[in-house]
Amino acid sequence: MTSTSSADGSLIQVRDLHRTFTVRRKTSRFRGVRDEVVAVHDLTFSVEVGEMVGYIGPNGAGKSTTIKMLTGILVPTDGSLSVAGLDPSRQRTELARHLGVVFGQRTTLWWDLPLRDSFAVLQKIYRTSPERHRANLAEYVELLDLGDLLDTPVRQLSLGQRMRGDIVAALLHDPEILFLDEPTIGLDVISKGRLREFLRTLNAERRTTLMLTTHDLQDIEALCDRVIVIDHGTAVFDGPLADLHTQGGSTRTLVVDLVDEAPAISVPGAVTRRVEGPRQWLSFPADASAAPIVAAVAAAYDVADLSIQEPDIEDVIREIYQR
Amino acid sequence: MAGLYLSVATRAFRRYSTYTAATLAGMFTNCVFGIILCFVYQELWSLKPHAGGYDVKEAITYVWLGQAMIMTVLVWGGGPTNDLANRIRTGDVALDLYRPVPLIGWYAAQDLGRAAYHLLARGIGPTLLGALLFDIRWPGSLGAWLAFAVSLPLAVLVSFAIRFLVASTAFWLLDSSGPATVAWITAAFLSGLTVPLVLFPGWTRDVVLTLPWATFIQIPADIWLGQRSGWHAVEGLVLGAAWAGVLLLVCAFVLRRATAKVVVQGG
Repeated sequence: MTSTSSADGSLIQVRDLHRTFTVRRKTSRFRGVRDEVVAVHDLTFSVEVGEMVGYIGPNGAGKSTTIKMLTGILVPTDGSLSVAGLDPSRQRTELARHLGVVFGQRTTLWWDLPLRDSFAVLQKIYRTSPERHRANLAEYVELLDLGDLLDTPVRQLSLGQRMRGDIVAALLHDPEILFLDEPTIGLDVISKGRLREFLRTLNAERRTTLMLTTHDLQDIEALCDRVIVIDHGTAVFDGPLADLHTQGGSTRTLVVDLVDEAPAISVPGAVTRRVEGPRQWLSFPADASAAPIVAAVAAAYDVADLSIQEPDIEDVIREIYQR
Repeated sequence: MAGLYLSVATRAFRRYSTYTAATLAGMFTNCVFGIILCFVYQELWSLKPHAGGYDVKEAITYVWLGQAMIMTVLVWGGGPTNDLANRIRTGDVALDLYRPVPLIGWYAAQDLGRAAYHLLARGIGPTLLGALLFDIRWPGSLGAWLAFAVSLPLAVLVSFAIRFLVASTAFWLLDSSGPATVAWITAAFLSGLTVPLVLFPGWTRDVVLTLPWATFIQIPADIWLGQRSGWHAVEGLVLGAAWAGVLLLVCAFVLRRATAKVVVQGG
């Protein structure tokens, strides 16, 4: 697979990106005023080949707008943008050959025809060589367990099956970048797990760069080494998942079961959040070691049991949004 | 590119052919309406022989050609352009734009595949029944057959371009069913389906015969009947080709405006 990238070597390069929409608001029956809505504002980031990036944010934060600009179907208002060395909105058709796009809630498959037909048309669309097409099809169909379904009309597939079909469809032309928009939405736990497993394999074996928008934070935890959090159209966090915890002021919780009921425990480095009979909850910074706190508690009290709760990424992100 | 469009057209053909019951029900309707219209036209032409330059036999033939063309050119609208209108409304059109294929070519190929199926099933079927029940006229020469065969894809392309424009209004209006209603009423009247265009009085006849909808039914029928032969037939085909070209250019222009200015729906 050949890889095209911009001058500085990044596969995706976004600098000072802006996008505003003009929205007409009705003030009376016949009159209206035009409002400028800023969807993306001062957005800067870059993605290297082989990265798996989680792109997350609340509804309306500008995620889809960004993806639409990266794929060239929306023109940026301002700023510069390069994907696989191309200018998306000017070279949309050429760029399409480098991209795979999967929307959890949309489909590219022919509703009335068997999966096989949609795949056959895709070979012509992307002019993939027949050998390459056959090899990819065989491999992905095997990995995603679609072998028995190739002759089933798409309208008869379950959501999970259709989703897997859409993913195969997005990958048959060997894209370097795969954009996934809520790929696990509506899937059951087993299907989600299988899909994540597949995406990990894809990234490991083919170095396919993944950019994933999702509300399912388990997707992020399972797949992404890097997270970009966007809010009000601008990146409020960009870094490894582990750093997100530090930045978000996230805490771990030490749950202590004492032999007898006692007043709130007081040890250095931790704060007691809750007392319920003999059980107490102590919170401490996620990046601090639990050992000294455990030792201090054990030295001062009769402890029956101890456990540590890891921080919940949802809380962390909520924390970041609220800042 | 030709390979792709052929492959898309083949799939569209197959897609429409999966619904056999719907096809049979539709053929039945065409036959019933065809028979009723034949009785009406027989009465009409016995009162006024040679109306519009047709004799009774030609008028009867016109009925069956009209029935054959309804679905082939989709006088009532519908077809792949309906899918497009829906995909614009829901935002799924974004996925069409992600593909390295021109949107117009993609849908036009589907529509030609669909038209081929509808011509075979909904066109030839009822026409054969018409030929069994009534005395109909067949093209008089190989040239007429050929010219008729060329007039069909031109009719489909003109109709496609108009339906594509109607569907594109969804980019601005979200719901294109208003324009679609205006479009089918116009088409039903100006294609010669309701009344043959040759029956229009005076100068209105000359006007409607040059409008794009004339290529739907009236021009192919006149080529079939030999009312248009020689240069006159070529003129009809040139009119069809010109309208197809102009309207497809308008489609390309509108699509460019739409994708540059308009928000693709949905997150």
